[in-house]
Formats: sequence, structure tokens, C-alpha cells
Amino acid sequence: MKFAVIVFPGSNCDVDMYKAIEDCLPEAQVDYVWHAEKDLSEYDAVLLPGGFSYGDYLRPGAIARFSTVMEEVKKAADAGKPVLGVCNGFQVLLEAGLLPGAMRRNQSLKFVCEHTELSVENNETIFTSQYERGERIVIPIAHGDGNYYCDQETLEELKANGQVVFRYTQNPNGSVYDIAGITNKAGNVLGMMPHPERAVHEWLGTEDGKRLFQSIFTYWRENHGAASYASGTDA
Amino acid sequence: MYKALIYVTLKESVLDPQGNAVKGSLHSLGFGEAKDVRIGKYMELLIDLDDQQQAETRVKEMCEKLLANTVIEDYRFELIAQ
Repeated sequence: MKFAVIVFPGSNCDVDMYKAIEDCLPEAQVDYVWHAEKDLSEYDAVLLPGGFSYGDYLRPGAIARFSTVMEEVKKAADAGKPVLGVCNGFQVLLEAGLLPGAMRRNQSLKFVCEHTELSVENNETIFTSQYERGERIVIPIAHGDGNYYCDQETLEELKANGQVVFRYTQNPNGSVYDIAGITNKAGNVLGMMPHPERAVHEWLGTEDGKRLFQSIFTYWRENHGAASYASGTDA
Repeated sequence: MYKALIYVTLKESVLDPQGNAVKGSLHSLGFGEAKDVRIGKYMELLIDLDDQQQAETRVKEMCEKLLANTVIEDYRFELIAQ
């Protein structure tokens, strides 16, 4: 399985993301992919890391969403490949319209950097199969614009479709319905403000993020890996 | 040539945390009459077009596509002939 970590000018969690894949999934391959890349077809999953792409000018993610590579990210999403956006990556996915809603400044107007407790609202996604439903996990956040917003109608839809995947048990930023992470309707695009890639070793304070990456790999192996191994082609 | 003056603010229905903080500050300074403070963005740009109708259409497109996020923001603009 091959992961792409997209690097925008101003990404700063790309190395963490890359190392998380290396550490959690020794059987997988991972590459950095510069935002000007025109082809992602060789990758099985796409990771949009945190940071401050284009300095957060105008709005977080507003300029990055028009990067050349984003056309390819859309293609990957349409093809049903797992696409994960963390923090600024989540903001980019919202701006690109791959996920519904928008991000506002934190209600406190402060940058929040701390461990947060999340509840796993839906463990039947390709990103959360290795968690228990309702499980409490600890993942760090670090953001100034994590106050998720969507209108009431969209929220009802998110809830009805099981698209609300992670909720804060103590809301740190004012987000609607304590939302920390949502998927698209198809369930293959996940955006979340907390950083699972910073939660992959006990010595980091928590390793609760590890199973998110393992879930993606499990999904891939169940759906593609076995068939590929069997036919002796591209594993 | 036109100069476009573009204003982007959070929608009425969206809570504006910065506006609220500024309102609180205004009240504590004795400006109790200040209500409903909204913080927004102001942008200026020159449009290299001579037809006003066309300039309006293009600026609207710019706002919809990039300058405002219409999920949470409203925009309005004025065009001034240069």
C-alpha cells in the first residue's frame, strides 16, 4: 500500500505524518508529494497534513485548495480512495468542497495546543474500524481556526449518515455539536482537527492515533491487498 | 479600468467571536450603544476592464470562487471608474 503525504508551501506536519506511517505501518510505503504534482494515480491513499499552507492568507486552506495537486486529490476521493485531512488538511478539504461546512476562528480567539479527549462516534468507517464505538481516545490538537461550522440542515444530514466520526468530550474551540472530525457521505474522505500522527507512541503522551492508520491499512488489505497478492500483481 | 472595493463579513447567522470580543471592549470603554459588532475583511483591486457590467460579473466570480467562503461569509462590492 502506498501513501502520499501532500506538501504545500507552509505545511509543517508533513514529516510527522510521514513518520507516523513509517512507524505504524512498516509494510506500507509513503512518499512526500509536492503540491504541484499532476498525477496521484499510483497512490492508494492521500494524506493532507497540518500546517499553515500559504500562510493561511485570506482563510486557512483557501489558496491551497487551488493547488494543482488538488484536482488529483478530488479524483482520488471520487475513486473511493481513503483521503485524510488533518488540521490544515481538514481546512483545505472544506475549502475544496470535499467535505461540507467551514472553519471559523476558535471561539476563545486563542490558539489551543493541548491533549483532547474524543469519543469515537462511528467505528464503521475505513478510518475507525480498529476502535470501539463510543471509545474515549486522547489525541492532541493545535489550532487557532478549528471552530467547525455547518448549518442545521447539514448537521442533521451528517448525523443521519453517520458522518460525525469524532466528537470532543470537552469542546475546546466552539465547534458545532462538539465536532472534531467528519467524513463525506461516501465515507472515504475524513477531515479532523486533532492530530493522530502526533499520537503514535506512548512516549508522545498517547498512542491512540495509531489505530486510525492501522484501520486504513486494514481496509486496503481487505479490499485490495489480498486480491493483489493472489494475482501476483502490484502489491 | 475600475477599482473594486470588496467587503467580506461573516453571515448574520454565524457567530462572530472577534466581533463579540470587540463589542465587549467597546462597552467597557463606555460605548454601550455599540450593538452587533461584525469584523470583516476589506480588499481593493484594480480591474483591467472597460465595461462595467463585465467587471461586475468578474468580481462576483472572484468573490464566489476565492475571496469569500459563502458557507459562512457574505460579500458586497463597489466599482469605481478610474
